[in-house]
Amino acid sequence: MSARFKAGDRVRVRVGSPPGHFRTPAYVQDKIGAVERFHGDYRNPESLAYGGDGLPRRPLYLVRFPQSQLWPKYTGPARDQLLMDIFEHWLEPA
Amino acid sequence: MREDHHDQPHAPDHPMTEFEWRVDAVQALLIEKGVITADEVRRAVEEMDARTPAQGARVVARAWVDPAFKARLLADAKATIAEIGITVGFDATIVAVENTEKVHHAVVCTLCSCYPRGLLGYPPDWYKSLNYRSRAVVEPRSVLSEFGLELRSDVEVRVLDSTADMRYLVIPVRPAGTEGMSEEELADLVTRDSMIGVAQARTPALR
Repeated sequence: MSARFKAGDRVRVRVGSPPGHFRTPAYVQDKIGAVERFHGDYRNPESLAYGGDGLPRRPLYLVRFPQSQLWPKYTGPARDQLLMDIFEHWLEPA
Repeated sequence: MREDHHDQPHAPDHPMTEFEWRVDAVQALLIEKGVITADEVRRAVEEMDARTPAQGARVVARAWVDPAFKARLLADAKATIAEIGITVGFDATIVAVENTEKVHHAVVCTLCSCYPRGLLGYPPDWYKSLNYRSRAVVEPRSVLSEFGLELRSDVEVRVLDSTADMRYLVIPVRPAGTEGMSEEELADLVTRDSMIGVAQARTPALR
């Protein structure tokens, strides 16, 4: 699949808790981050977890979020970041 | 299926947990049905046990002394690690990130316990604990401080939550006063925890 986003793009994480297995923790859902790097296309764990083949492969990104946006009570410096691998179908432009 | 599994050499000495019973039962069935052999299981355990943080330390030491190697490592870790004869195995992709005087990376897996096992061996128990996994993303500086690592406020802390196929290897800052040390001596300074990012590499005086 061709990657929809590139490094630097602002993205919002979709909200959802589909039945079964998924890899997008609730604490980043609906948060806005920036694409740090595109990792490549990887098998979809939501299918692999149930014996599926994980195909088609899905674009996977490393996305960074300012810690202060994730946690209202974050006490560290504003420059601190949280980085997480997120599959493209969990991201939308922001 | 056998009723009694206590004849298995891998059986733990303590009363088995539900998960251990389940693994034991699945393994016994796979062997019984001829999908795998007991020797293959033994070899897989042996191979996993042979992996230690010393492998990662060799990679870091080479990156410290060879800027071109480090550049390749940051771009494509798995292929670059193979250059020095280390086969990471497994399907996961290793990604190397570099700590500097201005940026400090630390790795956690909030969902489970993803860890570059193919390179560093088994993760420490604390890495799998609910305490570390939940707090490392929320209050990383407090957690690092509890490990004895105080970071200045002008250092950017970057916590990596490895939720997918990437297994992160932190390249710690090369300690001062190590100029002229051999690659082998340098590797001795690279600890497991410094490659997870909860510590700095050892300084020569503290070896």
